[in-house]
Amino acid sequence: MKRHLFPVVFVLASALVFAAAPLSATVHVVTSLQDFASITDAVGGKRVETTALARGYQDPHFVEPKPSFVLKLSRADLLVVAGLELEVGYLPPLIDQSRNDKIRPGAAGYLDASNGCDILEKPTGTVTRAMGDVHPFGNPHYWLDPDNGRVIARAIAAKLTEIDPSGAADYKANLAAFDAKLAEGEKRWDAALGPYAGTALVTYHNSWPNFLKRFKLTAAGYIEPKPGIPPSPSHIVELINMMMEKKIPVILMEPYFDQKTPKSVADKTGASLITFIPSVGGVPEAKDYIALFDYDVKLLADALAAKKVKP
Amino acid sequence: MRSVSWALAGVLAAGMAWGQETPAPTPSPTPAPAPSPAAAPPPQPSPAAPQEPPPQPTPAPAPPETPPATPPGGLGVPSNVFSPNPVNPTFFNPAIAVIGNFLATAGHNPVVPTKSFQLEESEISFQAIVDPYARADLFLSFSNSGVDVEEGYITFLHLPWDLIVKAGKFKAQFGKINTLHLHVLPWPDEPLPIVNLLGSEEGWADEGASVSKLIALPGDTFSEIYGQVFAGNVDNLFDAPSASKLSWNSQYRVYRDFGDDNNVEVGASYGGGFNGVTTDTRTDLQNFHMVYRWKPLQGRPYRSLIVRGEFFRSVRQQVGPTQIATGYFASADYQLARRWFAGARYEWSGRAADATLHDRGVSTALTFMPSEFSVIRGEYRRRTYAGGHVANEGILQIQYAIGAHGAHPF
Repeated sequence: MKRHLFPVVFVLASALVFAAAPLSATVHVVTSLQDFASITDAVGGKRVETTALARGYQDPHFVEPKPSFVLKLSRADLLVVAGLELEVGYLPPLIDQSRNDKIRPGAAGYLDASNGCDILEKPTGTVTRAMGDVHPFGNPHYWLDPDNGRVIARAIAAKLTEIDPSGAADYKANLAAFDAKLAEGEKRWDAALGPYAGTALVTYHNSWPNFLKRFKLTAAGYIEPKPGIPPSPSHIVELINMMMEKKIPVILMEPYFDQKTPKSVADKTGASLITFIPSVGGVPEAKDYIALFDYDVKLLADALAAKKVKP
Repeated sequence: MRSVSWALAGVLAAGMAWGQETPAPTPSPTPAPAPSPAAAPPPQPSPAAPQEPPPQPTPAPAPPETPPATPPGGLGVPSNVFSPNPVNPTFFNPAIAVIGNFLATAGHNPVVPTKSFQLEESEISFQAIVDPYARADLFLSFSNSGVDVEEGYITFLHLPWDLIVKAGKFKAQFGKINTLHLHVLPWPDEPLPIVNLLGSEEGWADEGASVSKLIALPGDTFSEIYGQVFAGNVDNLFDAPSASKLSWNSQYRVYRDFGDDNNVEVGASYGGGFNGVTTDTRTDLQNFHMVYRWKPLQGRPYRSLIVRGEFFRSVRQQVGPTQIATGYFASADYQLARRWFAGARYEWSGRAADATLHDRGVSTALTFMPSEFSVIRGEYRRRTYAGGHVANEGILQIQYAIGAHGAHPF
């Protein structure tokens, strides 16, 4: 038994040593979300190669810690995470198993993208799980504000410069170009959603506080009674009454929840239900960070226009 | 066997030396509270006491003149210096969690009688990073029979050649289910081959050391190889007659994604030790395991399927003829809705000490998870023990987890 196993293992192992010997000067970047991968691509250009662990259409709270991620992490020079405990359910053991000292928390190749961003809803006072799946460090869906995207891009450029100083000029130029593109985009998005400032919406999960704040919209309620807790009948009755009273025009939902309940709420209240994309790659059109906002903003602006909402 | 432990010690020592000699590529400063531009200006000398010039000639530097939306530092400055979160005084405390597992059993089992209600166990875990070289994990199991160290080990993560070395008491990397804690299984009980061939529901956990290496296979295929040595004391399995008679275990496992939605893990394990019947009798163990998972990331929320299968073989030398007993189980667990899972399992196993005796069982389970932190499960189990003794049981399991949000096992 043993005698048969060893040659096999030896051959496999040596095959791998050859297969695994890579190498170029490319900076290998792994990100938890496709949004960060997109921003890294924009800032890093040809000097970087990016891989995102979670897909844009996937619930970023519940990513499975697949061993294949360990392989990706083991080759990374830089790991960009959302932080605020968004990845706490899968990433820590994967980093340990990756055996990659470069990307451990605190190491030069670890970037918590929330640093410096405008983080909303930091709980004050006691936090218990009676509140549902609360994030004690604040709402982790902060990349949905383009201003935070700019902050993230700067942080990534700084990190890349630290890791790959010879690319400093490239990173600076790419960052400036990204910044300009984002500023142009913001003009477009502000123009599209500006007329609806002050409109109250309902969302499924509390994923959009940064987006809503940026475009001067508000959330009047949520399909979920508490973060991570599925809707109960009594909560839905209350929600429907509130929506009728306040004439809520639109329900935003993430692509990874069941449509049944929000659809019935939309039917009963006359609101439009739209599937908002929380991350790059959520739909093929949202191919990068700028296109993500183009897609979502158009979807929402069209839905509000169809409802003839006047602020 | 002794040479193996010396080799392990050598690897550890080399790893520590490596860690000390290699200078860090960049200084990684300790996290400091974020300089908040919105915060009050730095303390100024009090104007109320002008006759007493403050001993510190210069006030603290003013906060950086960055608007709120700019990252601290700037190009070229390590951004991990700053944290948006204030440093908590309990920062270095280990992450503590408690998992309670309560069982209620109805029915009759003539072979292994169980109580109608029992707090099967409360597991308390402490987990933390020790220092730049290692992390530690301790799992204590409190039950009516006392306190038991379920696992307690230190893991050295920063070793040369991409090795991970673990030392302490831990579950042997033998098969798949044996490596998992009871509370992460899709059943309230361990399958028969674990009970019959690895000694008890506790499975194979022992004091020792483990080395593992990641081997990347072509085509983004993950594989990992383990070598482990143990003191050789496991209830009903190993009983080392002397300190030098160690037990050992090895595993090679391969994992591969098939698209985003499907993945497969297969593994082979081989191990053995002295069973204590006489000073020289050994038990050798083999296992093959397979796990198939399907979880669509898009389009069908709340659907998933896990199919598991393991085959065990135990070769036990005793005073009479050597007993070669085999066992296996196969199970499938399907996610019906966001919080509902249904599962079925078939199990069959000979008994290690008398391979002519076979037990088998079928069970179905329905699981409801009110949240990520609690589980309510009902299992119907019918086991037919050797000699035709039949046990029909209904088991209700309630589990809860409080404390630090640990990572989900895979």
